[in-house]
Amino acid sequence: MPQMDEALLRSLTPNVLAVLVRRGADFAAAEDAVQDALVEAVRVWPADPPRDAKGWLITVAWRKFLDATRADAARRRREESVDEEPAPEPAPAADDTLQLYFLCAHPSLTPSSAVALTLRAVGGLTTRQIAQAYLVPEATMAQRISRAKRTVSGVRFDRPGDVATVLRVLYLVFNEGYSGDVDLAAEAIRLTRQLASAIDHPEVAGLLALMLLHHARRAARTAPDGSLVPLAEQDRGRWDTKAIAEGVEILQAALARDQLGEFQAQAAIAALHADAPTAGETDWVQIVEWYDELARLTDNPVVRLNRAVAVGEADGPRAGLAALAALDDSLPRHTAVAAYLHERDGDLTTAARLYAEAAQKASNLSERNHLTRQAARLNADLNARRGR
Amino acid sequence: MAKYLLLKHYRGAPAPANDVPMDQWTPEEISAHVQYMQDFADRLEKTGEFVDGQALAPEGAWVRYDGEGRPPVTDGPFAETKDLIAGWMVIDVDSYDRAVELAGELSAAPGAGGTPIHEWLEVRPFLAEPPTITE
Repeated sequence: MPQMDEALLRSLTPNVLAVLVRRGADFAAAEDAVQDALVEAVRVWPADPPRDAKGWLITVAWRKFLDATRADAARRRREESVDEEPAPEPAPAADDTLQLYFLCAHPSLTPSSAVALTLRAVGGLTTRQIAQAYLVPEATMAQRISRAKRTVSGVRFDRPGDVATVLRVLYLVFNEGYSGDVDLAAEAIRLTRQLASAIDHPEVAGLLALMLLHHARRAARTAPDGSLVPLAEQDRGRWDTKAIAEGVEILQAALARDQLGEFQAQAAIAALHADAPTAGETDWVQIVEWYDELARLTDNPVVRLNRAVAVGEADGPRAGLAALAALDDSLPRHTAVAAYLHERDGDLTTAARLYAEAAQKASNLSERNHLTRQAARLNADLNARRGR
Repeated sequence: MAKYLLLKHYRGAPAPANDVPMDQWTPEEISAHVQYMQDFADRLEKTGEFVDGQALAPEGAWVRYDGEGRPPVTDGPFAETKDLIAGWMVIDVDSYDRAVELAGELSAAPGAGGTPIHEWLEVRPFLAEPPTITE
């Protein structure tokens, strides 16, 4: 029995869905029909693989759509208008895929709805898989998706959208790639890659490069006990050099077009880290320059916080602390950065106190544990020096 | 996309505006209160924001390890314990502001006289998974 190629199956999802919408099915019903067809494919294909996977999916999804329309007595009148041989397909499908990305990231959707709808309608994931990935009940996720579909039901499918909204959704999927059965980080990369082949845009390339460069560090990012390993302490031999090479190549081609955007700038920073054989050889001066670019492109205060860290490495901890002093101390990770810079500056007492304070403010458990360990390490040091 | 705990207290929270103990309500007022909580949870499921809701009995015991091969020690309940959790709702929302908005609605559950209790609820963020991109 041949192995079921789930990635291939799911890569066909947006095409099949777009065909149904072009044939006159409304988006919500078409999306349900495609899901049903995917489920049937998973059941049938291992024993009986089709010669033309896409054609099979279109036929089955269309039949599912007609069945559902027929079953719905309230829609009987519409059935008559669609239950005839469909017109031949309009040829190229790349544009349809793009429209689907725009629709699922429509500005009328909240971020969590846009993420859920994108993963289902473009990614071909099931509601259950998405619910598991985000640790919510399946019924809740089903409602989130159906509300999202209702929200975009009046949006015209042929209007070009804003690619920036799509990129924000894909960034969210990648950055909050929770550990579940579905690898959301890998899924975000797949969807961004697919988007990059549908539209030629330097920021799409920038985001894809950014994802690849960070994904390359994945194996080195977690210790065997599950704790986070900071960038400076990662075993760089475990970084995925293939992913780095691809990310750098994509980034260079994007930068050559001279339309800088925030994702290209972020990817450039990640590329400089990837380029350093050891943490000590990092080109912090260039990284600070890229943070300056990034700060010009966005008014995100987190960028200025990260810039202060880079300044601390490039020009010394005092310079970093000076940069930090200009920022709002209620920013997430502000205290953690201050602790680190004070430690580098040799003020271990202040650093230990700030690490403990930062641990209290951490927004995730790995970071809290890491900061608590830092405080404990310095306190043990200080106690030993005092001779206890 | 962040989870918050909306925590209800039997005691330990500041006194609500409509501060009549539940056993002094009419049965209809109790039913209306219970119905409100159920409707609230149903509505959150429909908005795709509901994760979990549970109620706790007020009585319980303190338990601790008492050494290898020995049964755990139980004690209490201690009357002086200030904080007593009554139950919770877990929500998954787009922002802290939305969590506060929903807690405000939940706090409007009707009590004695059919008017909102104005009960104080504790809103606590979950510690999430670390983000992938940190620099």
